[in-house]
Amino acid sequence: MNEIGLTQVLFVSTILFFIGVYGFLTRRNMVTMLMAIELILNSVNINFVAFNKFLYADKLDGTFFTIFIITIAAAEAAVAIAIIIHLYRNSKTIDVNDADLMKF
Amino acid sequence: MSASIIIFYILAAIILGGGILAVTARKIFRSAIYLLFSLIGIAGLYFFLNYEFIAAVQIVVYVGGIVVLIIFSIFLTHASGADMQEPKLIPALFSAFAACFACALVILLINNHTFIPTSNTVIEPTVKTIGRQMLSTTEHGFILPFEVVSMLLLAAMIGSIVIALKTKPKA
Repeated sequence: MNEIGLTQVLFVSTILFFIGVYGFLTRRNMVTMLMAIELILNSVNINFVAFNKFLYADKLDGTFFTIFIITIAAAEAAVAIAIIIHLYRNSKTIDVNDADLMKF
Repeated sequence: MSASIIIFYILAAIILGGGILAVTARKIFRSAIYLLFSLIGIAGLYFFLNYEFIAAVQIVVYVGGIVVLIIFSIFLTHASGADMQEPKLIPALFSAFAACFACALVILLINNHTFIPTSNTVIEPTVKTIGRQMLSTTEHGFILPFEVVSMLLLAAMIGSIVIALKTKPKA
């Protein structure tokens, strides 16, 4: 192991992905769950960039996928935070166990 | 051990340490700051891989945009000095087991797989080549997804304003 290759970068992104999964499963607070989702999306971005660099350096597809994922993540975070703030105004809590407004 | 390997492991330690602390910290504001460190480490990893444009976008959008948005939402919805409740022990234990086993499985698969790189000529991911291909209308251009994603951003912006708008009390 005397050169950083694809495998090492993929190890980092895999571990980061499952850190995000652990956070998503254990946290009961909507803002921290959103943070865990951001970690997961970032690990996917690392994967795209690493595959682009080490396997398909003749194309730029991984770069474009990363740019579009970052854009969509920004849109998703904005909408999610708007929903969280609205929920907080209505029920004074952002705990997922207490959010039952849509229960019929 | 050359310098680039040491730099890579320092970046990996920042990313993973920040990530672990971000999902386990008991104070929500500290959790957001650890997330910030993790995202900056990821931008450093993009610099390490020579993708300067992606690294700049990562810093501008994530560090400058999303984390600030998250911190503002924390200020609007929390007493940010207060501790969050501990996760229940049994579900936390099972979540940790599930994440560890899945992580071990994926790492094993990556370790046993041989990746075959392409032998074609390399394109450098400079801003010039990225911009030319993104706005080109020829066969491998990305102008259509570019326009679609701009519409998506506009829709998300209007939607979040409408959702977060304060509704007037009915007279």
